Amino acid sequence: MFSYCADPDTLSGLTWLSCYLTTGKHMQFYLSFGTVLLLLAITAPSALLFGFFGAASARSRIWPVAWFGKGYIAIVRGVPDIAFFLFFVIALDQGFEWVRHQVLCPDWDQPIRQGNDFIVCAQAKLPRGNTAQWVHEVYGFFLAVLTFSIVFGAFAANVLFGAMRAVPHAQIETAEAYGMSRRQTFWRILVPQMWVYALPGLSNLWMVLVKATPLLFLLGIEDIVYWARSLGGTANPRFTEYPHGDWRMWYFLALLIFYLGFTRISEIYLERLMLKLTRGQATSGGEAQRKVTA
Amino acid sequence: MKKIILSTAALAISASMAMAQDVVRLGTEGAYPPWNFINDSGEVDGFERELGDELCKRAELNCQWVTNDWDSIIPNLVSGNYDVIIAGMSITDERDEVIDFTQNYTPPDPSAYLAMSEDVDLEGGVIAAQAGTIQAGYVAESGATLVEFATPEETIAAVRNGEADAVLADKSFLTPVADEDADLMIVGPDVALGGGVGLGVRESDPELKATLDAAIQSMKDDGSLNAMIEKWDVASTF
Repeated sequence: MFSYCADPDTLSGLTWLSCYLTTGKHMQFYLSFGTVLLLLAITAPSALLFGFFGAASARSRIWPVAWFGKGYIAIVRGVPDIAFFLFFVIALDQGFEWVRHQVLCPDWDQPIRQGNDFIVCAQAKLPRGNTAQWVHEVYGFFLAVLTFSIVFGAFAANVLFGAMRAVPHAQIETAEAYGMSRRQTFWRILVPQMWVYALPGLSNLWMVLVKATPLLFLLGIEDIVYWARSLGGTANPRFTEYPHGDWRMWYFLALLIFYLGFTRISEIYLERLMLKLTRGQATSGGEAQRKVTA
Repeated sequence: MKKIILSTAALAISASMAMAQDVVRLGTEGAYPPWNFINDSGEVDGFERELGDELCKRAELNCQWVTNDWDSIIPNLVSGNYDVIIAGMSITDERDEVIDFTQNYTPPDPSAYLAMSEDVDLEGGVIAAQAGTIQAGYVAESGATLVEFATPEETIAAVRNGEADAVLADKSFLTPVADEDADLMIVGPDVALGGGVGLGVRESDPELKATLDAAIQSMKDDGSLNAMIEKWDVASTF
């Protein structure tokens, strides 16, 4: 990075540190913070969407839809995360490739499953074998987002399902008395009011999601914990220009500060959101707000 | 006419299959120096990086490096996320049932114990090993208490902080560690495990296996493989 970094053996103190902290490997470490934040930024809303559909279908009066919603919530919540991330992603990837294979290569005469191997024609491979590494990485990232969304969506669905039932029944009855249809009651009365009941549960989920990102490396995505482990591990002078002992503690300390800071920021924003959602609600919080303004 | 269309289609398919063979993705762990590790600039480096690049040059393949967690390195190979495992993986019968191995590129080599003192109990003590390795299998059968860790680094740390009495791993991995740290030493007799280290390929990929076999053979024949093994000090030579 800096011109004086050409020969690290001669450096000491802060100059050594400045060179050490700007190696290509460290740059990838810093970049991985971006990866994690991007993952969170995409996953959180999509998980919420999965959760909303899960909860809405679990409440449905059409029984196949209700079964589907309830089954989704029960199964995904019951399977351990690590099993989900180890096997589900591979299954998901194979599922996509299988569908593409059926569409793109109808003439294929060999079995797709050959012993342990999963073989589809070259056109069906996702991403195609010849594409650049970054395409593979984007695809891996997409699979990660999808998996996280499905897993956290199930938990969110359960939270929202509970929140929908927590909306005071009098509100629904009143809506019906005004002649609103079931659909209108749902969108105009139930959904706007449920968030205040859902937020404590959803904010919990958000915190868990923030800390679940190390599971990313199971999907081949190099996240901050992976790099911290790799950078902090003993660096033998035979294999690096910047040898050091077992520094994992310091790297994990940096991660700890990052996570704590991130948690604090999240808390501040969630608190503000809670204040906003409480306004005019038939809850004790809403009542307290009303008295202050009255 | 129909025949022409069919044969062009067949040609197109075989051509695209040949195209697909052009890029071969090599999967490694990146945490096992001197075999494979991530260097200062964040790239895969080590004995296997140099070996893999040379093999690809000889076999005229266009190779790409990918890192993957050790635990899921075989499932990701069989599901086609990369085409070759090049991660210091010893050839064992157990693994051979799931994937295929090329001929070995290092001879069967000793594993060794690393400990804080000479007089540890290797038979009945607590021995650390990386999960899913031949060493872990050996410790489990030896009667000692096995503690497994996901990465090689953690096995060494376990010995340093007293969680384990010793660690069993490839001698080539432990020797540089022992050289650097005055507290740690190689103890006890070496243990011979496995059938050498080979490249892992899918069982349904015999062509790639043959290509890589030929490339390894040519490196064995002209002595360049031995030179590379000596340069990185990973194993004994052929």
